[in-house]
Amino acid sequence: MSTIALEHIYKRYPDGFEAVKDMNLEIGDGEFMILVGPSGCGKSTALRMVAGLEDISDGELKIGGEVVNQRAPKDRDIAMVFQNYALYPHMTVRDNMGFALKLAKVPDAEINSKVTEAARILDLEQHLDRKPANLSGGQRQRVAMGRAIVRNPKAFLMDEPLSNLDAKLRVQMRTEISRIQQQLGTTTIYVTHDQTEAMTLGDRIAVMRAGLLQQVGTPAELYGHPNNLFVAGFIGSPSMNFLPGELSGDTLRLPIGDVRIPERLRGRLGRGPGGGRGGVIAGIRPEHFEDAALVGDRSRGHTFRAKIDVLESMGSEYYAYFVVEAERVSSSELEELAADAGGADLPRAQGNQVVARLDAASRVRQGEEAELWFNAERLQLFDPEGGQSLLPADGNGAASGAAQPAGTGGAAAGTAADTGGTAADT
Amino acid sequence: MSVGTAGGTTSAPRVEPTQTAQTRGRARGGHEQTGRMVGWSGALVLVTVCSLVPVLWIVFLSLKTPASATDGSFIPHHWTLHNYRDIFNAGIFTQALRNSIGIALIATALAVILACAAAYAIARLDFPGKRLILAISLAVAMFPQISLVGPLYNLWRQIGLYDTWPGLIIPYMTFALPLSIYVLSSFFREIPWELEQAAQVDGATPYQAFTKIIAPLAMPGIVTTFIIVFIICWNDFVFAISLTSTTSAETVPAAIAQFPGVSQFTVPYGDIAAAAVVVTVPVMVLVLLFQRRIVAGLTAGAVKG
Repeated sequence: MSTIALEHIYKRYPDGFEAVKDMNLEIGDGEFMILVGPSGCGKSTALRMVAGLEDISDGELKIGGEVVNQRAPKDRDIAMVFQNYALYPHMTVRDNMGFALKLAKVPDAEINSKVTEAARILDLEQHLDRKPANLSGGQRQRVAMGRAIVRNPKAFLMDEPLSNLDAKLRVQMRTEISRIQQQLGTTTIYVTHDQTEAMTLGDRIAVMRAGLLQQVGTPAELYGHPNNLFVAGFIGSPSMNFLPGELSGDTLRLPIGDVRIPERLRGRLGRGPGGGRGGVIAGIRPEHFEDAALVGDRSRGHTFRAKIDVLESMGSEYYAYFVVEAERVSSSELEELAADAGGADLPRAQGNQVVARLDAASRVRQGEEAELWFNAERLQLFDPEGGQSLLPADGNGAASGAAQPAGTGGAAAGTAADTGGTAADT
Repeated sequence: MSVGTAGGTTSAPRVEPTQTAQTRGRARGGHEQTGRMVGWSGALVLVTVCSLVPVLWIVFLSLKTPASATDGSFIPHHWTLHNYRDIFNAGIFTQALRNSIGIALIATALAVILACAAAYAIARLDFPGKRLILAISLAVAMFPQISLVGPLYNLWRQIGLYDTWPGLIIPYMTFALPLSIYVLSSFFREIPWELEQAAQVDGATPYQAFTKIIAPLAMPGIVTTFIIVFIICWNDFVFAISLTSTTSAETVPAAIAQFPGVSQFTVPYGDIAAAAVVVTVPVMVLVLLFQRRIVAGLTAGAVKG
């Protein structure tokens, strides 16, 4: 158990490509840190540099306060779980898990007790004498975990450990990993491209894009106060809706009507880089919409009418899709997000497609016009040029989030300003 | 000699298509399937006959009496083990057998060990001139061996390697290396790199990672290479006849050529045939012993898939 610090870390390839640029990240003792981002953003490279499997081009990597740049992986005392598990196929599960201890010349009796203990935690006891080829995907994944935990290393490094499992198993193992990490209290760096995994697992999340760290914070901070368009669009599912807007005084002119900017946002907006005037990109999360009929106090938000094109019922809620006629919001960051989600090839709808999450009690019908409402206090505003947020986090919101443990993330944002009426936002 | 083993190994995989054809035929019950089965069986029989007839011929020849060796009949009229007794009683053959086993084993072991190191480097490391090294090593393999016999003969005489074990081990090893490197590097390339990285993270030195993880996984490749190289060394005639002169280093192929007949004008066919049968045995034993290990698929289950 130990702290890990990346200081001005660079990864340059011989052809000049920089996979990781000036990365600064401090991971506390026992912290669960998630590196998340679309494929090719440098997150795996960063992890492999920590493991010692890639050379560090520039900068310092400290584990437990010591600079370890030049140390071989075996001298860093870290354990790694690989995406494809990398189990030794010629060894039994027992030998796989005990291999590291055997290399460290730990007495056989101790190896045995540690392996048995790990097998108990991971529910692998009856499989100890089988070979990896005879195990299911989930079991192999657990063996890979077991190989890491028997070592009691300074840190766990996990490179998309769940991406090869099917959806149901992935959710199970997610809770399992979270439980084991809390039980052992080992510093962990976890790489994933799945924002749900990131939100549910991490104490803190570091979002990367094109080799650059975009934002580091608790799940609540990233959700409530994204630094820029990229983070805003990446975190949250379904992802945030973006609409072009125009600021003038206290009013935000959106294609769905003029919105009076609430008091709380106005203060933050004043301190922001934009100074509170001009064109902006407005972001509204699907869960901050509601069927107007179900909202008691509409004064904190804005009510408008829209024709619902598609209505998806989830049982517990509806997803309503509608199109807002306006010039398309475009930015390189959003393009990249769309490409990562595989949506780049889809035919584009005219205007901006918006998705709203509505309460299951809603009477909205597909193909009909509906009266919708959104919570203006949860608006996000971004500079259309650089994509930076125009709403810097207000003091108590971000600072208090830093100390929060994982699990309080999800939808409940820092300074919880709940929606009016029904509890669509939980 | 190698004809027999080649026949053995080619006929083994031929069996499989026949079986699948049979099951398919049963499932569908069509005439087409029966036809295909007959076709495959015919091919199988043909291959087996072609590869086994010469072997049988040599075996039968070795069981004939010296007088009837050239009588023209395929099956001996009088069965005898006289030829076998003959070659084992004459010291020349047993000594040659000892030389053959020793020289072939040592040369093969050295070649495989060196080739492992070289192939591993070629498979794993990216260094300038990697392709060149592979190309040069293959070029060495293409070099006609006979052209080297003269120079080697002179050189060996000068430095005292003529008619010694090392005098044969060195050229055998050299000529076996290119093929070994080529075969082994393709096997090493098949092993997922993550396994080695996992071993490194687990605390293994590069040497430990190789001996405990990579080498056991490449074992089918190593065994295959070992057998191929062993057969090449075992069967060599050119170097053996040119670089040796006495029983101190003469291998079996060279010794057979030196078998004395009853008179200067008779060829000891029976003895030669018996010796040929005897030297085939170790190769067959090797192949049978390691047949299971040669079967690939040991890496199954390492990574998801």
